[in-house]
Amino acid sequence: MNTTWAYTSNYFVYSAMALFTLSFIAHTFETAWAVRAPENADATDGTLLVKTLDYKRTEKTARIATAFMILGTLLLFAAIVARGISAGHAPWGNMYEFSITGAFAFSLAYLVALRKYDLRWLGLFISFSVLITLGTAITLLYRNSSPLVPALKSTWLLIHVSTAIICGGTFLLANVIAGAYLYLERFEEAGARPVWALRIPSLETLDQLSYRLVAFVFPLWTFSVIAGAIWAESAWGRYWGWDPKETWAFITWVAYAAYLHARVTVGWRGRRAAWLCIFAGSTFLFNYVYINVWGTGKHTYSGLNQK
Amino acid sequence: MSNEVEIPELGFFGLLRFAWRQLTSMRTALILLMMLGIASVPGSIIPQRISNPIAVRDFFEKHPGTSAIYDKLSLFDVYGSPWFSAIYILLFISLIGCVLPRAVEHFHAMRAQPPATPRNLNRMEHHSLFAANGDALKVAESWFKKNRFRMRITADSISAEKGYLRETGNLLFHLSLILILVGVSFGSLFGMQGEAIVNTGERFVNVPTSYDTLTLGKLTKDSDLSPFTITVDKFIAKYDPKTNMPQDYTTYVTTTNKGVTKKQVIKVNSPLTFGSTRVYLQANGYSPIVTVRDSLGNVSFQGPVTFLPQDGNLRSIGAIKVPDADPSVGFVASFLPTFERTKTMGGVSIYPELLNPRLLFSIWSGDLGLDSGVPQSVYRIDTKKMKNLGLGSVGVGETFKYPGGTITLEGVEPWVNLQFVDDRGKGFALAGGVAAILGLLTSLYGRRRRIWVRVNGSQVEVAALAKNNAPGLESEVANLVESIK
Ligand code: HEM
Repeated sequence: MNTTWAYTSNYFVYSAMALFTLSFIAHTFETAWAVRAPENADATDGTLLVKTLDYKRTEKTARIATAFMILGTLLLFAAIVARGISAGHAPWGNMYEFSITGAFAFSLAYLVALRKYDLRWLGLFISFSVLITLGTAITLLYRNSSPLVPALKSTWLLIHVSTAIICGGTFLLANVIAGAYLYLERFEEAGARPVWALRIPSLETLDQLSYRLVAFVFPLWTFSVIAGAIWAESAWGRYWGWDPKETWAFITWVAYAAYLHARVTVGWRGRRAAWLCIFAGSTFLFNYVYINVWGTGKHTYSGLNQK
Repeated sequence: MSNEVEIPELGFFGLLRFAWRQLTSMRTALILLMMLGIASVPGSIIPQRISNPIAVRDFFEKHPGTSAIYDKLSLFDVYGSPWFSAIYILLFISLIGCVLPRAVEHFHAMRAQPPATPRNLNRMEHHSLFAANGDALKVAESWFKKNRFRMRITADSISAEKGYLRETGNLLFHLSLILILVGVSFGSLFGMQGEAIVNTGERFVNVPTSYDTLTLGKLTKDSDLSPFTITVDKFIAKYDPKTNMPQDYTTYVTTTNKGVTKKQVIKVNSPLTFGSTRVYLQANGYSPIVTVRDSLGNVSFQGPVTFLPQDGNLRSIGAIKVPDADPSVGFVASFLPTFERTKTMGGVSIYPELLNPRLLFSIWSGDLGLDSGVPQSVYRIDTKKMKNLGLGSVGVGETFKYPGGTITLEGVEPWVNLQFVDDRGKGFALAGGVAAILGLLTSLYGRRRRIWVRVNGSQVEVAALAKNNAPGLESEVANLVESIK
């Protein structure tokens, strides 16, 4: 174990947090500035005074916000690498390490998707949630960098955990989008969206997007669970033992299978599908938070109970 | 006309057929799947006998009333309970009844020609109409052939279809679920699972009596155990001096199997293999070697006693039972590999290695209860009918004298807990898992679509239809139109 590298890693995390804060602020300004009162605000002809969004004048702010986020993501990557060097293994041994890697995967997924789709409306949310995740990680979940306990020394761990983190990030993103769907649907039913939300894609696009994300990662999630089973077979002698963590991974899998079925074969769309999507995603979150922190079983590697 | 609704006479077989159709409908399968998910929840909250028997015992002690009810409902054995089994067996049957006929149907459909070109193409997606230029059908045919569409060709039209792989993948996925279930059940019928604690220096012979616990599959016999032996030569554990966390466990063993003797190593992620049986290193602890003498100096007990670890620093508890002494003596003891005395907790261990080993005990004399016929834990003594003779402690090489005899700690040796597993179904389960992923990928990324071309005098008509959505179909059709024009 190398303490210098561990400190370096922490500095990187703090700097990344600073950058995500800046990005968050820039995104807030961007959204706020874009809202414009109509030019003929003093018109007396009785036309409705509808505010509009004009993103032309915030183009620069938006670029700055994204640039901050790119820098923050790079720093986070450096933090993970430094942490790995200090511990002498891929830094996925406790919940602090899972969290910073998850935050990295989450923002990276957004940045990659941003190249292809106009997703900047998500930036405000992404920077905020990364900030919250990093903050929680470094204050509540922080553990000193340490070597792995013997059961975790396996290539399958790398494969299992890295894929699970990617799936988690994507499930979360799908949940956020489904949540946005439900939130905006209420406004649209009552009339119109709030001005700041005009840029968010149509309800139909949101509906499709969350489905696409789930359909895209479901095979990966299946693979991740199987990789975990292979690892369990070599470490514990059984590939499936209904350990709480395994049980909840199975429940998540079943929930998403039901979601895909509901969409593809039964034809669920819109509100019902969004709720089902959020339900499935919550089983994943429950597994991550509850079972890691309070659960029992062989999988409690959060490192929170060690002295 | 009468308004009476005619109720069909179902009869016994009709009823059976009705029940079968209900059971094998997709809706039932999905409900069963959801039920399986929900049914697995209590097992993650209530302690389970298979994974945590000690927690189950504690639960019984804390909530005697509730646990009796729980036990009736099999809530301590959720995953082996009748209701859990009922759900997955029904799901299994439902899945077979639902997917197999579809597979047969799909097999026929795959070899049949695509359906005929519909009369009205202008209602389809990507419809276009343009003037013919040369032999449009011939060009279209070669385009379809190049892009590997299946075709039905008539005098004036071509109906082409591609993307059956999507359905194939979907069926492969659902069939693979059956394969996984087969693997799991096969493993539980024909396998075995057992555990044994082996002291360093001791030899394990693979017969039922060597095991501390042994569970044979329902169709496995004692004589199916393969005849190998394992002698534990040395066990080495490495710990991180800063965090006390384990870093590495290595067991050096000498094995014999079918007349071949070998030196081998067992580590946490690398088990030993004997045929279909694998041997895993599960846990480790210490066995203090003690000698108990009576007041005349005659040895009444000598040997290693297995102690059970209680925490990360291997504070261990155990019982030394000496029925041969007169009267019988018992020591309720704890063993501390690195002893330190604290104000609040008395003796504790502050490090898992043997830096300052010490045995702490209370001495009891009287009836050990060994002849009572009630099975007893080797780690505990029922002291109800015994008399306390005081407390004591010894380090290695030290002797403690109590009224009636002495106890000496001769040394300490580590033990390892080996787990033996024979699971012949796991190959099927793995194959099922791999097939499931392949099936999912082809199914989720496959795009099934139909394209039609019809020539009507001097006009060419092209249209297309995607079964689910097929991104890229538009440009595909444009490409076809381009090559015809
Ligand atoms: C028993 C009757 C069942 C039938 C008839 C059935 C049929 C189908 C059909 C038609 C699709 C959509 C295929 C497509 O167009 O893409 C599908 C998808 C799916 N099914 Fe089932 N299913 C059944 C049971 C199950 C069960 C028990 C599970 C899970 C354990 C399951 C998991 C899935 C998943 C994850 C998908 C989405 C991935 C895909 O499209 O292949 N199904 N199923």
